[in-house]
Amino acid sequence: MSPARRKGARPGFWAWIGGLLLVPLIGVTVLRFTRGLGATTNLSDRFPWGLWIGFDVLCGVGLAAGAFTLTSVVHLFNLRRFEPIVRPTVLTAFLGYGFVIVALMFDLGQPWRIWHALVFWNPHSVMFEVAWCVMLYTTVLALELSPVVFERFRLAGPRRALRAVYTPLVIAGVILSTLHQSSLGSLYLIVPSKLHPLWYSPLLPFLFYVSAIGAGLGMVILESYLSGRSFGRRLELALLEPLGRAMAVVLGVYGVLRLLALRRGGALPELLTPGYESGMFALEFCLAVLLPVGLLCVPRVRASERGLVAAAFLAVLGFVVGRLNVAVTGMERAAGVRYLPSWMELAVSVGLVAVGFAVFALAARHLPIFPEAASDEPDEPEAGETARAFSESVPA
Amino acid sequence: MGAGLLYDATQCIGCEACAEACKQENALPQPIEKVTTAYTWTTVTPRAGTYVRSLCMHCLEPTCVSVCPVGALRKTAEGPVVYDAGKCIGCRYCIMACPFDVPKYQWDRAVPVVGKCVMCADKVAKGEPTACAAACPTGATLFGERDALLAEARARIRGNPGQYVDHVYGAEEAGGTSVLMVSGVPFEELGLRTSLPRQPLPLLTWQVLSKVPDFVALAGAFLYGISWITRRRDDVATREARR
Repeated sequence: MSPARRKGARPGFWAWIGGLLLVPLIGVTVLRFTRGLGATTNLSDRFPWGLWIGFDVLCGVGLAAGAFTLTSVVHLFNLRRFEPIVRPTVLTAFLGYGFVIVALMFDLGQPWRIWHALVFWNPHSVMFEVAWCVMLYTTVLALELSPVVFERFRLAGPRRALRAVYTPLVIAGVILSTLHQSSLGSLYLIVPSKLHPLWYSPLLPFLFYVSAIGAGLGMVILESYLSGRSFGRRLELALLEPLGRAMAVVLGVYGVLRLLALRRGGALPELLTPGYESGMFALEFCLAVLLPVGLLCVPRVRASERGLVAAAFLAVLGFVVGRLNVAVTGMERAAGVRYLPSWMELAVSVGLVAVGFAVFALAARHLPIFPEAASDEPDEPEAGETARAFSESVPA
Repeated sequence: MGAGLLYDATQCIGCEACAEACKQENALPQPIEKVTTAYTWTTVTPRAGTYVRSLCMHCLEPTCVSVCPVGALRKTAEGPVVYDAGKCIGCRYCIMACPFDVPKYQWDRAVPVVGKCVMCADKVAKGEPTACAAACPTGATLFGERDALLAEARARIRGNPGQYVDHVYGAEEAGGTSVLMVSGVPFEELGLRTSLPRQPLPLLTWQVLSKVPDFVALAGAFLYGISWITRRRDDVATREARR
C-alpha cells in the first residue's frame, strides 16, 4: 500500500461536508423535474439563462481547458517531463465535462430530448456546434483516460490498440476544444444590443479561448496542490513553476486582448464611469489578470508553493467572475431586471461540484492516476507513462 | 418577400380584439396578460399617450431560426416564423437571443415548450389574413404582402408628416421584419429597441461558424506536422545516443 492510499482512506471533514450537500441536491432534483424551472429557479422570460449556464456550463468547460493544453504539450510538442500531471488533469477535465452535461440536464427544459441535437441539424447555430464538440470531446477525454482503467485491470490488448491511435486522438481533442471553447464566446456574438459594451466584442471567441487556457493552467496548479495535500504529497514545484510562468504569459496576452477589444468597441469611456458594470469589470480584471500576473512576475513568489497556488486561485476565481459577468452582469441592463440565483439553483451547482470532488477522490484512490499510485502495479513497468504514443518506436 | 402585417399605432383604440382573436385562433388559455408570455402571444398596452401592440416581428432573417440547435424554428416561404414544439429541447437560446424579446417559455410546466406568435401560419398558407388582422375594427393591424405594406406605411408617413414619426419600424431593423410598425410617438418611448443593427444578426455568428471546416483541416495538418517533427527529433536523438 502506498502512503497515498492509506492517507486518503479515512472519511474526513470534507467527506461529511460533501455528504451534507447531497441532501439539498436530491431534494431540488425532485422539485426541478416535477414542478418545472419556474418553481425552482429565478429564471424568467426576461432572464432565460442564469447560474446553470453562466457557472456550470461556461466555467465547467472553460476550467477543463488544462487537459487539451497539457496533452498537446506532452504528446504533440513532446515536453515529456510534464507527463506525471497529465492524468490528473485529464481526469479533472473529464469530470468537468461530466459536470457540464449533468448540469445541462437540469437546465434544459426537456433534457430527455438532448439526442435531438444529433438528429435535427442546424449548422447555423453556435449551440449546435457546441453540442457536437462537447459530446465528441467528452468521448476523446474518456479514451484519453481509459489507459488508467486498462492498467488497473491489466488489459494489455486495449492498451496497445489505444496507443496506436493516441496521437490522432490528442489532435482531435485540441481541435474540438479550440472550437467549442471559442464558440462559448460566439454564443454571445448574436446579442450586440443586449450584452453590455464592456463585455460585447467581435473578439469574444478569441477572448473565451485564451482566458480558458489561462484559467485551465491555473486549475492544473490548484488541482495538483489540493490532491497533493489530501494525499500527503509535496507539490511538484519543478513542474508547476513553468506552468505558472506559462499562465502569466497567457493571462497577460488575454489582458492586452481584452483592453484592445474594449478600445475597438469604443467602450473605454464606460470603464471610467463608476457604476455596477464598471465595478464588476474592475473586479474581474484585477482577479483574472492584474493580480495573478503581478504575483507571477516576482521570481520569488513564482518559485514558492504558496505564491503559485495564490496566483492560480486568483486566476480561476477571476475567470469565474468573468464568465458570470458575460452571462449575468452584462445582460442585466438590457433585460431590465437583476438576476440572482435561487438557493435551489445554488444547491444544484454546489452539490454537483461536491459530487465531482468525491468522484475525483475515489478515482485517485482506486485507479493509477498519480505516478506513485501507478508504480504500484508490479507487472506494468511503464505504468505512469502510458499513452506514450510512440514508446514502441523508441527503444528503451 | 411573403406576407406581413402593418400595425399603425395612430389607428389603434386599444380594444384588444386582436389579442382575444389570437387566444381563440391558437387555443391559448385566458386571461390576456399585461405582457406577452408563452400563453399570451400578443398584447396591446397603453404607452406614451398611445397604444402599442406586441407580437413576433417575423424577421426576414430570424435570429431565433439561426440560433436553434435543433431547427425547431423555421421561416416559411409565406413569411411566418413557425415553431415545432416536438423538436424543441428547451435550451432557451431563442429567448436569450431574440432582438425583440419575443419567444417566451412555459416556466410553470414540468414539460415546457416555447410560445410565440406564429402569424397564423396555417391561415396565411391558405391565403387568409391572420386572426388579429381580421378582428381589428379600425384597420390598425393590416394583413398583406410585405412590399405593399411597406409602400403603404411610407405613403401614410408622407401623406401626414405631422401625424407620424418619420420611420417604419421593421423596414430595416435586424435586416428587416415581416411585421412593420408606424407610430405618432418615437419608437423608444413605446419600449421598442431602436439601436438594432441594420444587418441581419445571424451574420454575426455565421462569420465565425462558416470558418469551422477550414479551421479543422488547417489545424489538423499543422498539429500532425508538429507531432511528426517532434517524434522524428526524438527518434534521431535516440539513434545518435545508441551509436
